[in-house]
Amino acid sequence: MSVSQDCLWSRLSAGGPLARRFLRAAAAGVVLSNLERASILGQRHKELRGRSVLIATDEQLTAALALIELDGIAGQLVLCPPGQSIEELRATAKEAHADAWIVDRADPDDIPTDLGRVLWCNHELKARVAPLERPESTEWVLLTSGTTGAAKLVSHSLSSLADPVQRPQPPTRGTTWGTCYDIRRYGGLQILLRALLGGGSLVLSDPVESVREFLTRAAASKVTHLTGTPSHWRRILMSGFGQLITPEYVRLSGEIADQQILDNLRTTYPAANIVHAFASTEAGLAFEVTDGLEGFPQDAVGQAGSGVEILVEDGAMLIRSARTASRYLNHDALPLRRDDGFVNTHDLVQLRDGRYHFVGRHGGVINIGGLKCHPEEIESVINRHPRVRMSLVKARKSPLLGSVVVAEVVLSIDGASTPSEGAREAIRREIMESCRRALSAHKVPATIRIVPSLEVAPSGKLRRPNA
Amino acid sequence: MSTRTVVISVLTQVAEDQQRTLAPLTDDLPLLESGLDSLCFAVAVARLEDELGVDPFSSDEQLQYPVTLRDFIEAYASLVR
Repeated sequence: MSVSQDCLWSRLSAGGPLARRFLRAAAAGVVLSNLERASILGQRHKELRGRSVLIATDEQLTAALALIELDGIAGQLVLCPPGQSIEELRATAKEAHADAWIVDRADPDDIPTDLGRVLWCNHELKARVAPLERPESTEWVLLTSGTTGAAKLVSHSLSSLADPVQRPQPPTRGTTWGTCYDIRRYGGLQILLRALLGGGSLVLSDPVESVREFLTRAAASKVTHLTGTPSHWRRILMSGFGQLITPEYVRLSGEIADQQILDNLRTTYPAANIVHAFASTEAGLAFEVTDGLEGFPQDAVGQAGSGVEILVEDGAMLIRSARTASRYLNHDALPLRRDDGFVNTHDLVQLRDGRYHFVGRHGGVINIGGLKCHPEEIESVINRHPRVRMSLVKARKSPLLGSVVVAEVVLSIDGASTPSEGAREAIRREIMESCRRALSAHKVPATIRIVPSLEVAPSGKLRRPNA
Repeated sequence: MSTRTVVISVLTQVAEDQQRTLAPLTDDLPLLESGLDSLCFAVAVARLEDELGVDPFSSDEQLQYPVTLRDFIEAYASLVR
């Protein structure tokens, strides 16, 4: 018998027979019973005992297998989202005091070796001789975007990530989940844990495959529960291939689910349970709405003593529950929770006709396809242009096709002359080009409008719309 | 310029900006096989609102998702006409 804490592997094994359960990506898959005597690290897990391990893999499947292997062995698991540059990974490793890396990229030579031990592996399993001991109480660290563009490191535990909220979760044994999320971000990790701990299986998506390919794979694996952001679901409905699957359960989270998308899903999947959930990396999973209507019922707020307490203060929603994160790891971070244990989500809500509706984000944070965007980060890139005096970045919403960021720019006065239309167009293009070089695609403004002035509040700050 | 010409020109522009290869833009082309992803379409919808003054996908009424290029152009043409 192995000496093990309550850990991911022990909970996963308790969830049901492993031989019929699987984790499947586009290129490869693993039957869970094979993990009893083999792992992606073989014997090398010993090198990671008690260490702070950065999981910086290209493949989601490798990351998922590393989590299963190392919860209870590593002291800390830092789960890096996809697409991080080496500089970003290095900054994360420093903030987390990581002393080991798990990588699967083809060329591991560019991984810095001065920041600890580097273990290369992929999803292939290697035999393990002795059963594993998992005595550690591992800290899980997730990344979320910060105001300056540098990642914030958010501390969780397996319990804060996976324990049921409010009422026991409906039994899901034998279900096959599918997710459009990446399991290295909070929303996707929720689904990975729900599938593994609830006795189910999981089909992972792959960014390079088309909607048709993913849905074909999901159908072949008999996916019953499919999850994604409203943007993912829009993409599925727009593909014209939504009918390839007949899910029993359709779940949306990560962005505001509006009535349009909920109604369209209802029409496409008349027999499915359609659920939208509120969750964030810091506040954890707060609630799920099952009545098919946007927003959430008023009576969810202010119920003391329930598993999740929700408060609305100055229009913003606050959450207190065992599912919230505990702290930020960054050296310069403010406390994540207030003294009374509440976490401010900075999501603004408005009460209308007995329901709370989401109306935007405090501080102007914009949500594009489930990814947070801080307008200040984009404005700082725009403002580097010598002809720009000031700029304002905001969201432009389109209920059916999703949000994008747009920019308004005030040009500096160059002598007495107003720039010609040709000169303005050239400036617009230069700004667009520099945004494209410096920012990820979802942060590049869809349009740049040159305006005569921008409204400034008495505080001297740009007046920002709440969205 | 016809609505169709404006739509095609904006889609072409977005494809260039996002460095995507655009499939030949026939009416029956499924939008998601055009080479543009959903972010590209959201960008195109924002630009088309500037050009044409309408966003057919912002209505409160329940709308069908456009699947082919014909659906997409028709959504604009019905409002601009």
